[in-house]
Amino acid sequence: MTKLARWLAWAAVGALGAFAFGGIALARGEPIDAWWLIAAAVCVYAIGYRLYGAWVATRVLLVDDRPTPATRIDDGRDFVPTNRWVVFGHHFAAIAGPGPLVGPTLAAQFGYLPGTLWILIGAVLGGCIQDMVILFCSTRRDGRSLGQMARDELGPIGGAAALVGTLMILVILISVLGLVIVNAMKHSPWATATVVATIPIAVLVGLYMRGIRPGRVLEGSAIGVALLLLAVWGGGRIDHHPTLRTWFDHGPLPIAYAIMVYGFAAAVLPVWLLLAPRDYLSTFMKLGTIALLAVAILWLNPVLHMPSVTQFVDGTGPIFAGKVFPFVFITIACGAISGFHALVSSGTTPKLLTDERDVHMIGYGSMMLESFVALMALIAACVLEPGVYFAINTAPGVVGEGAQAVATISSWGFPVALDQMQELAREMGEATLFGRTGGAPSLAVGMASIFSSAFGQGLLAVWYHFAIMFEAIFILTTLDAGTRVGRFMLQDFLGNFVPALGRTSWYPSVLLCSGVFVAAWGYFLYIGVIDPAGGVNILWPLFGIANQILAGIALCVGTAILVKTGRERYFWVTGLPLAWLTAVTSTAAWQKVTSDDPRLGFFAGANDLAVKLASGVLPPEKAAVAPQLIFNMRLDGWLTLLFAALLWLILADTARVCLRHLRTGAGVAVEGRA
Amino acid sequence: MKALRAFWAWLRAVSGDDAYERYRAHHAAAHADCSPLDRRAFFRQRQEEAWSRVKRCC
Repeated sequence: MTKLARWLAWAAVGALGAFAFGGIALARGEPIDAWWLIAAAVCVYAIGYRLYGAWVATRVLLVDDRPTPATRIDDGRDFVPTNRWVVFGHHFAAIAGPGPLVGPTLAAQFGYLPGTLWILIGAVLGGCIQDMVILFCSTRRDGRSLGQMARDELGPIGGAAALVGTLMILVILISVLGLVIVNAMKHSPWATATVVATIPIAVLVGLYMRGIRPGRVLEGSAIGVALLLLAVWGGGRIDHHPTLRTWFDHGPLPIAYAIMVYGFAAAVLPVWLLLAPRDYLSTFMKLGTIALLAVAILWLNPVLHMPSVTQFVDGTGPIFAGKVFPFVFITIACGAISGFHALVSSGTTPKLLTDERDVHMIGYGSMMLESFVALMALIAACVLEPGVYFAINTAPGVVGEGAQAVATISSWGFPVALDQMQELAREMGEATLFGRTGGAPSLAVGMASIFSSAFGQGLLAVWYHFAIMFEAIFILTTLDAGTRVGRFMLQDFLGNFVPALGRTSWYPSVLLCSGVFVAAWGYFLYIGVIDPAGGVNILWPLFGIANQILAGIALCVGTAILVKTGRERYFWVTGLPLAWLTAVTSTAAWQKVTSDDPRLGFFAGANDLAVKLASGVLPPEKAAVAPQLIFNMRLDGWLTLLFAALLWLILADTARVCLRHLRTGAGVAVEGRA
Repeated sequence: MKALRAFWAWLRAVSGDDAYERYRAHHAAAHADCSPLDRRAFFRQRQEEAWSRVKRCC
């Protein structure tokens, strides 16, 4: 009887999911509301988690009750047996960054349907599986990192590829995130003042937790969060003050330089002063705001004004170039499948697990929740009138300024008026919202309209700047933590050649490696800022390709482990997402390198600009930056080739290792301690 | 009330607010022969360690 009841319950979940998907797919022309997407998502997650995820955990990975590294080693420092819900919280806080907010917002240019399908299907069959398999493999190997596992299972080439891939993705990630907040802060005294205030607030909290009340994390964070909310209000006061506002009214380039100085400082200063307290604040803000957004969307059930599919699936999209295949799968990396998660799933989390069977809940479950965050970001973007969405997210270099931009966007069939945009900017407390590319401002407008409808009208400007602060604070957390990790990785790497540089506390090495790493991402940030096309068009696809290639490396390691440990029958569990990612990234890389369309192909873009520069048709301000842009596009082209080569190299290496294992019948590799 | 208390315990554990108490408990159980670090020194050491590896994602 209970079996029948359970069967019926799952049949109902399946039917509801199918009904929701049917509703989404058949809604042609008339707008649908958010509950349709949420119903479809919840059913997909339930089926994915309870049926597929559980099947992979118990039948493929064969999780059992053997002691975990945490229970065996239990050194009170790294290896600490921890309650599963606490590990879940740690793990989710670690994987959830700004990526799942920005990517879906940009991908909304294709309409809501392509992004929604990829977020749901990609997560359930790809991202969740990757996170769970890597978490499991690392747990069985005493918490080894992805790089170490790649070296052990594939050989030195695999290890080196993982290291290079990780370093490159960090550089691109930090630069593109820097660009996102530059675009939110440029000529916005309110946003700039609020974001600047987060730095002294973090230092204050750091001093409190260090000197006044050591280690009282919750007290310190509560004070910090209260001060942050005060800073949002205070920013508004500064914005209304005639002299004070000029102190915070800056163009994009000075803000970019300030961010570079900040990143360098965060990498060399002691962590307790800036990095650790900022992270506490950003984690609380992040989880709190995401929960608030979920409540508001569920309660309000907003209507999606974006069509399900726009004409830009043909590759003419104004926000980034390229057809829906492969570029929706590149643009939405975090939220569907993100290689970066493999770094968190190996190394830190496995050292806390008390029970190996929890990899299902923690690995698969956390990624599912992150996928849901991505879906909410997509909803928040699609709630906007499409004309408004495109006016905010399209660079002046693409559609022109003001009246010209409005005319161009309206001619696409997404009507928007100049006074409508001015009224919206006034409501949000900004001088203008045109050309604020990068996704953060349009997400903030979407969130502000959802929040103010749910929790009271009239505070639109405060909600907008609250959303900007929320995005900026954890973008800056990824930026400073990433810069510091990059510095350590660089020191570790250079230490192979010059041992002194490998000493992580030797100050000359600290300054040198931090400087080199900041210079690397600072370069891409600088180019993104001076690029009249907005920079996001170039940097975000590059980031997506890098992140998906890191996922490819992680799935290669997972596949090799499945084959070597006698699970070769099930190699497709990681092999299928790997094949899909290979197809997606290779196609995207191929188009980015060889396309004749100057907006899509890097080399075509460089040549097009070079011809225009030589024939003197460029206006002087564009001609001044053209040589740098030409060099950068060629560099990006070579970088894309390097990424693709890296993936194919490691694929060949994986195939070699797997085939050798199967041919020689080397038997089943013993895994961990039984 | 019980649920509230469980949430508070979870929040303290997940934020690291109770890290020092857990450290003292572990220390008393495993290394009773040497004296434990004091609160201030413990947090200094713990924070430096935590931020030298990948801890935050994109």
